[in-house]
Amino acid sequence: MSYQDQPQTKRASLLSWLDRRYPIVSTWNEHVGEYYAPKNFNFWYFFGSLALLVLVNQFITGIWLTMSYKPSAAEAFNSIEYIMRDVEWGWLIRYMHSTGASAFFIVIYLHMMRGLLYGSYKEPRELVWILGMFLFLVLMAEAFMGYLLPWGQMSYWGAQVIISLFGAIPVIGPDLALWVRGDFVISDATLNRFFALHVIALPLVLIILVFMHIVALHKVGSNNPDGVEIKKYKNEAGLPIDGIPFHPYYSVKDSFGAVFFMIPFALIVFYWPEGGGFFLEPPNFEPANPLKTPEHIAPVWYFTPYYAILRAVPDKFLGVVAMGAAIAVLFAMPWLDRCKVKSIRYRGTSFKLLLTMFVVSFVVLGYLGTQPATPELTKLAQIFTVLYFAFFLVLPFTSVHEQTKPVPERVH
Amino acid sequence: MSVTDKNTGVDLKRRKILTGATGVVGAAGATFLAVPFVSSWQPSEKAKAAGAPVDIDLQALQPGQMLTVSWRGKPVWVVRRTPEMLANLASLDGKLRDPASQESIQPGYCQNATRAVNPEYLVVVGICTHLGCAPLYRPAIGSPDVGADWQGGFFCPCHGSRFDLAGRVFQSVPAPTNLEIPPHRFINDHLVRIGEDPQQEGVA
Repeated sequence: MSYQDQPQTKRASLLSWLDRRYPIVSTWNEHVGEYYAPKNFNFWYFFGSLALLVLVNQFITGIWLTMSYKPSAAEAFNSIEYIMRDVEWGWLIRYMHSTGASAFFIVIYLHMMRGLLYGSYKEPRELVWILGMFLFLVLMAEAFMGYLLPWGQMSYWGAQVIISLFGAIPVIGPDLALWVRGDFVISDATLNRFFALHVIALPLVLIILVFMHIVALHKVGSNNPDGVEIKKYKNEAGLPIDGIPFHPYYSVKDSFGAVFFMIPFALIVFYWPEGGGFFLEPPNFEPANPLKTPEHIAPVWYFTPYYAILRAVPDKFLGVVAMGAAIAVLFAMPWLDRCKVKSIRYRGTSFKLLLTMFVVSFVVLGYLGTQPATPELTKLAQIFTVLYFAFFLVLPFTSVHEQTKPVPERVH
Repeated sequence: MSVTDKNTGVDLKRRKILTGATGVVGAAGATFLAVPFVSSWQPSEKAKAAGAPVDIDLQALQPGQMLTVSWRGKPVWVVRRTPEMLANLASLDGKLRDPASQESIQPGYCQNATRAVNPEYLVVVGICTHLGCAPLYRPAIGSPDVGADWQGGFFCPCHGSRFDLAGRVFQSVPAPTNLEIPPHRFINDHLVRIGEDPQQEGVA
């Protein structure tokens, strides 16, 4: 029955006029109204939609910040002070953005943790995981470039250290670092191009990747805490018995989660916006000085695990390789984990132990990355770097012979 | 000559030639088009011009003191070394990664025991060869934040690299090579010009 055959209300006729020109109804149904998700999502499943919420927060506050920010070495630091002191509500918009960056990483790390717990990276969701990893990479680049913009001491020297990492690559390294900086040191040219990448290029890439991440997810369907495929059991209408439509069930649940999240977020923005020096570091309240390095350099907390790995290796090039490998190896998770059982609920002790070891190593390395590199702490960082990589090296062997529990046929 | 699909009457060979030609010419065009976009990230003429030589007056610099100037936006240090400091250098050779400066960056005329034109004055780029921090000047023997066996030199607070008073890197620290020595020449006894080699004399 086509739309023209029905007696129509005015609202329905407007919808049908639009739908004949743009696929509103079919798109809505495919991705929201009739997208069937497993009925047993728990709190871990909030973080996907929360990541989208934080992304929107970063976009809106970011656009407002560009209205008062000046991307030049001479003016950047003062324009941030201007935003903080003189622009109406500028302090709030700026803190929502800077604290939002940390919130983004908290949400994303928990979102990735969910994937590890319930095997969401496994067949047939490998591409969902890989697109997510690309999102993570671009997000790190976005955060790194954003951190240079206030042009404080930590902005400057943090960027100096990270861009110097390119210089460690044999043969082409020094020229590559020069090309990225656009000058012999971090300078006005570097700041200006980082601004362009931070506000235009990388957000565009993020949007495209988020779109692809969701398209890939909706093609294969969501995983769930039991790690069983709901598409296996369908009713007469061909709908999964253990699935519920995203709207209204999960749209309501996620809205509740969003508001629940915004309460502590608002409290932190209002009362603890610098996060005790972890969200905004003390040396960054001093303008960049190319002639003087701060006594202790540490990146923002969400980079510290990788930074600790970089410092743990006593060789410049190999340190950079180890840091890159720590992130790159995550891309291979769908193939390193060879166990057929998805969810940790039905997996063997070996996986539970390995995953615990990995999470502990990640947290300890994160802490060590914030501390000065004394010989004792460097030794500790070396031990936990080995444990971090051991997870990926041991998993392919143990996961084949894992003593798993029987997986239920349907979610319960 | 032409290969025609029996059902549709489409000339497939013609399509193939057109696709191939568009692909080849398009790829060549894209390659040329990439040149301005990639080159645009290179240092600008203005940035290169900022690499002009810098003159430093050393009259006020006392033995043991260091001063910092900015050359090409980088910190350049001049240390006036005392005879004791210079005498100490040779005794450190065994603890250094590159004592003869074979792997390190310096003009040929500074690849010597003191890494200097005039041994009394060390002229060195104050950027750690590890990841680009500015090391700290710790000239005193046994400086408390570096260690009791410290013989004087530079200490990088970022990742703990150590250099002696000729900018030579110690073993088992992250920095791979000695601190870089910039081209420089003495115009007279107390005026040094950073960014010019001695053989260029007469060329300003």
